[in-house]
Amino acid sequence: MSALLVLAGVALCMASGLPSLATRRASAATTVIIVAGGLTGLIGAVLGLTGGPTELSLPWHIPGGAVAIRIDALSAFFAAPVFLLAAAGGLYADRYWPAARTRAGYVRAFFGIMTGALALLMCAANTILFLAAWEIVAVSSFFLIATEHEQAVSRSAAWIYVAASHVATLALFAIVALLHAVTHNWAFVPLPHGTGALPIGHALLGLAFVAFGIKAGLMPFHIWLPGAHAAAPSHVSAVMSGVAIKMGVYGLVRVLSLFDAVPSAFGTTLLLAGIASSILGVAFALAQHDLKRLLAYHSIENIGIIVTGLGIGVLAQAHGQPFLALLGYAGALLHVWNHGLFKALLFLSAGAAIHGAHTREIDRMGGLARRMPWTAAAFLIGAVAITGLPPLNGFVSEWLLYVAGFTSITRTPHGGPVLLLVLVVPALALTGALALACFVKAFGAVFLGTPRSAAAADAHEVPFAMRVAMVPLILGCAAIGLVPALFAPLLSSAVHAAAPRLMTTVTLTALLQPIQMPALIVMAAGIAAVLILLAATRRAAPALTWDCGYAAPTARMQYTASSAARGLVGFFAWAMPPVIHAPQPFPLFPSAAAFESHVPDTVLDRVLLPVLRRARWVLSFARYFQHGRMQIYLVYLGVTLVVLLAWSAQ
Amino acid sequence: MTAVLQLLVVVLTAPLLLGVITRTKSLVAGRSGPPLLQAYYDLGKLLRKDSVLSSTTTWVFLAGPAVAVVAPLLASLLLPLAGPRAPLAFTGDLILFVYLFALSRFFTTAAALDTGSAFEGMGVARELTFAALAEPALFFGLLALARISGSLSLSSLLTVDGASWHRASAALVLIIASWFIVLLAENSRVPFDDPNTHLELTMIHEVMVLDHSGPAFGLILYGSALKLFVFSALIADVVLPRTGISLADAAATLGAVLVIGVVVGLVESSMARLRLVRVPQLLIAASLVAGFAVVLVLR
Repeated sequence: MSALLVLAGVALCMASGLPSLATRRASAATTVIIVAGGLTGLIGAVLGLTGGPTELSLPWHIPGGAVAIRIDALSAFFAAPVFLLAAAGGLYADRYWPAARTRAGYVRAFFGIMTGALALLMCAANTILFLAAWEIVAVSSFFLIATEHEQAVSRSAAWIYVAASHVATLALFAIVALLHAVTHNWAFVPLPHGTGALPIGHALLGLAFVAFGIKAGLMPFHIWLPGAHAAAPSHVSAVMSGVAIKMGVYGLVRVLSLFDAVPSAFGTTLLLAGIASSILGVAFALAQHDLKRLLAYHSIENIGIIVTGLGIGVLAQAHGQPFLALLGYAGALLHVWNHGLFKALLFLSAGAAIHGAHTREIDRMGGLARRMPWTAAAFLIGAVAITGLPPLNGFVSEWLLYVAGFTSITRTPHGGPVLLLVLVVPALALTGALALACFVKAFGAVFLGTPRSAAAADAHEVPFAMRVAMVPLILGCAAIGLVPALFAPLLSSAVHAAAPRLMTTVTLTALLQPIQMPALIVMAAGIAAVLILLAATRRAAPALTWDCGYAAPTARMQYTASSAARGLVGFFAWAMPPVIHAPQPFPLFPSAAAFESHVPDTVLDRVLLPVLRRARWVLSFARYFQHGRMQIYLVYLGVTLVVLLAWSAQ
Repeated sequence: MTAVLQLLVVVLTAPLLLGVITRTKSLVAGRSGPPLLQAYYDLGKLLRKDSVLSSTTTWVFLAGPAVAVVAPLLASLLLPLAGPRAPLAFTGDLILFVYLFALSRFFTTAAALDTGSAFEGMGVARELTFAALAEPALFFGLLALARISGSLSLSSLLTVDGASWHRASAALVLIIASWFIVLLAENSRVPFDDPNTHLELTMIHEVMVLDHSGPAFGLILYGSALKLFVFSALIADVVLPRTGISLADAAATLGAVLVIGVVVGLVESSMARLRLVRVPQLLIAASLVAGFAVVLVLR
């Protein structure tokens, strides 16, 4: 039943763009179809999460096997947020990108295809279908990033995305070939006992790290992510950031679940890469001036937190610490849901703010909370959640990882590799404090204070449909934060699908139960205190802001987001040196001068692009062999095959 | 019963701590100073006053003071102040303890930005920067204590018994030193900030609340008294032995907290505020000191 519903959801999502492509007047039909598809699929995924695994095989054979989907707890767990965000994003797009706007059909069609293929990928029963869905997502994402392709920034973001995606796909081809070589099966079946210790197991894990690391945006493979998420329309960014990068996490978890024992060195790699990604991701986010780039760098941070959790799980399982492994996997998987909810909420509300203020520059917004109160409240909830503060959902998943770090220090004897897990605590503390600074800065500069531009001053609240699309996300953030034990059984079945050999005596329900009471108290007491204070100051006299005696403070006197972050960005100058264009020392009669500073991406702008520019000269020799004539390529193929045949015949 | 006693002690005696600090400073300076209960009089006056609200502000401006009272109050319920077990104790409550203060920081800084004032923005930038540096110190200390006690709940983690003091005295001393620095920084005391200063350019916490008035300002004053009390009680808990009799424990906690107030007053009397560029260095030093404690207990 659940497989049928999921397949129906996938089909509806993928087909949702057709009416819009046919005629502009049918765009409402697209919205109805994608919302229906999302909800159908969501029901199917939830059924799959509560029931046992179900399989559905279509009588349609592609080379290598049937088109078959298999819904186990892991697939259902990853597919559920995809369907939720497809519905929310589709509803949001109805007014965000109205039918009258250019390329409305184009955006709707590729959005439907991308979300449908994403869900299909999470549920694919064999590697060939997985690969096909993977490429459909990549191609439709490319077209969505390039939506505004008359702008050079969008084109360059789209090309960088394609280049990075090609590298990931190349590694994925190798993974699929290696899996088949070991298991002689195109389906995802467990690897033979002890594969993790063999060279082929190491090769599989290394390739998985690269292929899925690129897709997930893990540092240092994140180069495509900030540009792509900034260039795409906001509801697309919400899906790309909320669930599309999770296809990397899903792939990694799926491949790990096939091993009977993953070597502990791989756990260490994941842990360290996750920690680096989370700290540097938030540091880069602090330095951004573009609201959507800021959110994109926070995706790198949150992927870092998820991968840290997986690293804890693998490392602890390799050293026979099932309780720690449970905490690690549970924290990582719950953060997959949580990040999907609050990041989508943030992108949708940021899109509304950009819609209102007609700019993505944080330092040109301001004062939007008085003009767009609903959007401001939605962004604030998302910001509190992503910062990992109680009583919302981000706290619960980070709490699980903190408990893993603290438990490791109480349990382990002197030394030992499990002690590496202690690093999680200071790393999460630093990440959390920096994320708080970043979101206070962003929320304050965008929504509070006075407007910094005429457009921001004229902003108005977005249409009802766009606000409704954010409601389920808000409810999700609140529910997981306030009553996490309710979700513990679902999480538990996903954890056991991700790590089938994990045996624990502790249940997640018992673990999460005690957080609920304090969370509910802080929620109730906080709201009560605000309401009492609002009532007490109802008759307050209005006045100007106190600005040290200035009678007429202007918006230009406000602290900017860049200044607020300057101190913290300075601490990370070793990793991300800023580019500053400051005015030269003034002559006797100074003319107009301007100050500008930005922080380029260290990996892309300072390492990769310069190196590739140098490499162009060397690579130009390859042009002798590659000149675009198909018949010559076929000759190459034929010659290679003959040589290989002769070699193997010996 | 102990929960009610504990809540009463925190709610009623927190402003007294401010009076003790002020009285200590007055005595050292050779003045008689304001009465010990001055903070109560101030609170009473502020709560009865009308307020003035900047016309740029929204409800977020009032959420700051509200959360600044609720968060430390809830955090105090995680500490074992009267009896062996805190009213809301659970495994892993130490993370909630730290994150409640982060929640309060989120809303107080957002409230300051709501005014659109240049000075309040400056205070926010400083507060966020310094807090990011102080947070690892708190967590390193908790890590070391978790190792010493083998527990993940503040209730058993903070009740350090004689054997532990014997075994890990060096680490415990380092934790207390580091946390005292964090206490001074988090509560905007000298040498990080001067609560008596009246020059907006040099302030951190006080500059963020320039626009609050009346009941809202009263809540801010009360919230900062609660926060100082809870941080002092955290350190007092590490030092104090437990009798198991809730009344005696509550009295001992209160006494120790007031002694910490005297120490804060002595520090304020004997040194000047640091230059702002020196503040991060002292905070990083506090993190390193607590980090040493972790290394010592792992040895």
